[in-house]
Amino acid sequence: MHLASLSLLNFRNHNEISLQFDKRIVCFTGANGSGKTNLLDAVYYLAFCKSYFNPADHQIINHTEALMVVQGTFDDNNEELKIYCGLKRGQRKIFKKNGREYDRLSDHIGLISAVMISPTDHFLISGGSEDRRRFLDSVISMQDRSYLENLIAYNRFLLQRNSLLRSFAERNYFDEASIEVWDMQLSQVADVIHLKRKEFITSFATVFSDIYSQIGATREIPTLNYESPLEQGSAQEILTQNMQRDRMAGTTTSGIHKDDIEFQLDGFPLKKFASQGQQKTFLLSLKIAQYYWLKAANGGNPILLLDDIFEKLDNTRVERLFNLVASDNFGQVFITDTDAKRIKKAFLQTNIEPQFIPIV
Amino acid sequence: MNFSSKIVEQAVDEFAKLPGVGRKTAFRFVVHLLKKDRSELSAFAHSLLKLKEETRECKLCHNITETDICSICASPRRDRKTLMVVEDIRDMLAIESTEQFTGLYHLLGGVISPIDGIGPSDITAQHLMQRVQEEGFSELIMALRTTIEGDTTNFYLYKKLRRPGLKITTIARGVAIGGELEYADEITLGRSILHRLEYENTLTK
Repeated sequence: MHLASLSLLNFRNHNEISLQFDKRIVCFTGANGSGKTNLLDAVYYLAFCKSYFNPADHQIINHTEALMVVQGTFDDNNEELKIYCGLKRGQRKIFKKNGREYDRLSDHIGLISAVMISPTDHFLISGGSEDRRRFLDSVISMQDRSYLENLIAYNRFLLQRNSLLRSFAERNYFDEASIEVWDMQLSQVADVIHLKRKEFITSFATVFSDIYSQIGATREIPTLNYESPLEQGSAQEILTQNMQRDRMAGTTTSGIHKDDIEFQLDGFPLKKFASQGQQKTFLLSLKIAQYYWLKAANGGNPILLLDDIFEKLDNTRVERLFNLVASDNFGQVFITDTDAKRIKKAFLQTNIEPQFIPIV
Repeated sequence: MNFSSKIVEQAVDEFAKLPGVGRKTAFRFVVHLLKKDRSELSAFAHSLLKLKEETRECKLCHNITETDICSICASPRRDRKTLMVVEDIRDMLAIESTEQFTGLYHLLGGVISPIDGIGPSDITAQHLMQRVQEEGFSELIMALRTTIEGDTTNFYLYKKLRRPGLKITTIARGVAIGGELEYADEITLGRSILHRLEYENTLTK
């Protein structure tokens, strides 16, 4: 999948802009606030029907305008694919493929695959376990539909079980038989999800640490440690063990909804002991590993969106990253930076000539 | 909407409480009723009042009836060895219209869902257990909705009711008849593969 042209109307700060892309690697350069990242976000928007940075659709429309349009022409194995998105303030957004409107947006998602790498990804390190679980779940469910179904079922069971525990606590009453039916169903899916997560992290970690050493070129050993209450016993055992505590708390205190991945560098927690550059390298490697998974799931090269890649990284690490993305393993790559010369220099070692688009 | 009359507004509010009726539709109903004769309106109102005054729940199956026992439970032509568990009268009528079932019914009045504050004591589960004790059924067919809550209710009842000599079954889940496979959702299609049927058994005898 290759994006051949992009045209925007009132998308964020761009009133009207039309761009053609003829190279595999495209660099947007320009000063702060010129709208480089917004261009990457527009590409992301065409793939996922939403912004990577801003979940509120009405904030995507330029402040002074009432309507925005994003259009992209993709080349999918020599077949032309035109994606149109129009959004008027106060109305639902309209997505069209080759002029025909989609009945449901979810029908579109998956057609175009893309991975965004941005400084905002730092929440994966600084944020709560919930953020890391969401990342984990999104990567696994790309390849495994039944995983997603199990996850949805688990959340529903959990919600019902918690409601039941809360009503027990409020009414000072307990009914073993009622909680048992939820426990049995909850633990069935929990064990399946746990096993899948464990298997996945093992194989994902191998790919990930390989990428880390390619970009970092150091002997630092990065690890992904899967932490789950279910490492101590089956889901049913965990629920039985914690029954007293759950009753007191009026909620399910332990289970796969408390899973986390601990990020470590040389055996120490990344968040506390690693430098900013090391953390950034770690994040980059995670996202590129995600790219490989998406690629394997879809059987094509996803579009890679690299936002502000020089931030916190030294030049040699950027060069090694560019070496990696210049290889045949990658498809189209969009890069933003304030300094065109810096990118040119970083690409010197590769024999690829990027396309430069100055944004003013 | 601003109504010139308090009485009209009150009537609109009442109609708008009905499922699927908004204030605009409610207003249409009221305007329509205003055009009617007094006698017609009185018959309409009377039939509404009679709903609560003259109907009651069947003492056996909880169906809505005007007598103690509903016509299905009282019918000598029904098979009294087979009991089908359904959620409410709508589901029961849907099953009746298939003309494939000749046994008796039990209306649960809901499915277990703690989020909505519905536990086993809020549905007629206790009475169902009593019926199973007393009436000596040989088969119990669960025909509840195929959601997580419906499945949980099936599971709860199964745990409470299983005993030697009682077969507990659920209605089949699978591809709709006359449907094309490519349009079936993955879960249904997946389930229909897991629970596939011996071809021999699908032939109409």
